[in-house]
Amino acid sequence: MKWDFERKKNLLVAKIFGEVDHHFAGALREEIDRQVINSGAKGLILDFSGVDMMDSSGIGIIMGRCRLMESMGGHLCVTGANEPIRKIILLSGLGKLVGVCDSIEKAEKILNTTNEIA
Amino acid sequence: MKDMMKCEFPAKSVNEGFARVVVSAFASRLDPTVEELAEIKTAVSEAVTNVIIHGYQGGEGIIYIECEIKEKNLIVKISDKGAGIENVQLARTPLYTSNPDGERSGMGFTVMETFMDELEVKSLPGVGTTIIMKKQISSQEDEASE
Repeated sequence: MKWDFERKKNLLVAKIFGEVDHHFAGALREEIDRQVINSGAKGLILDFSGVDMMDSSGIGIIMGRCRLMESMGGHLCVTGANEPIRKIILLSGLGKLVGVCDSIEKAEKILNTTNEIA
Repeated sequence: MKDMMKCEFPAKSVNEGFARVVVSAFASRLDPTVEELAEIKTAVSEAVTNVIIHGYQGGEGIIYIECEIKEKNLIVKISDKGAGIENVQLARTPLYTSNPDGERSGMGFTVMETFMDELEVKSLPGVGTTIIMKKQISSQEDEASE
């Protein structure tokens, strides 16, 4: 698994690549948290368009980052998830807590609107 | 002769990826779709992660995998000689986790049940756990000819 970060004004995009599992979960979590805290971003986008497979370790990653963003007064969107990953997000009830969008552009719009209202 | 394969390897998290690759390579002769292959990989990942975290509790141990192809069915058996599960019914409950402080979701068995057609869990505390998963593959050739 690999990851890459991109800053878009007050949003942070974490692009994840490969297979998300328990082995890499700890390192990915720590890196996202570090980037979020250092950047002070008000919105976080977790982009899964480069992810072939995610097991339930990914639920913990998304849920934990959702809590982190809430604690900082921000929000989280998940983008580019394939069908099995979307199924896992729905199964876990995460769909009610985070925005799930097809593209980063859509997520940006949602997060920017949410921030303006807030 | 039975169409099968067996392998065993140490219960280390780095081998989660290895387990997914060997099972999906074996399953690929059934010509699964990309989505079916992702579902098989995810179910295997859940089972192997369970063995590492719960079966051997992060310590040393061996994970045993046996796969079989019967017509269009893939059967995957994953066993350990670890701690075993006291209450299998409770462990299979969605969102149940024995480790609520960590970032574990308690969705492992639910994911296996969702992505595979059948899931059987046999466990004896102090002896180990065996899970058997079965999935029918909708061969892509058939879909094309329909």
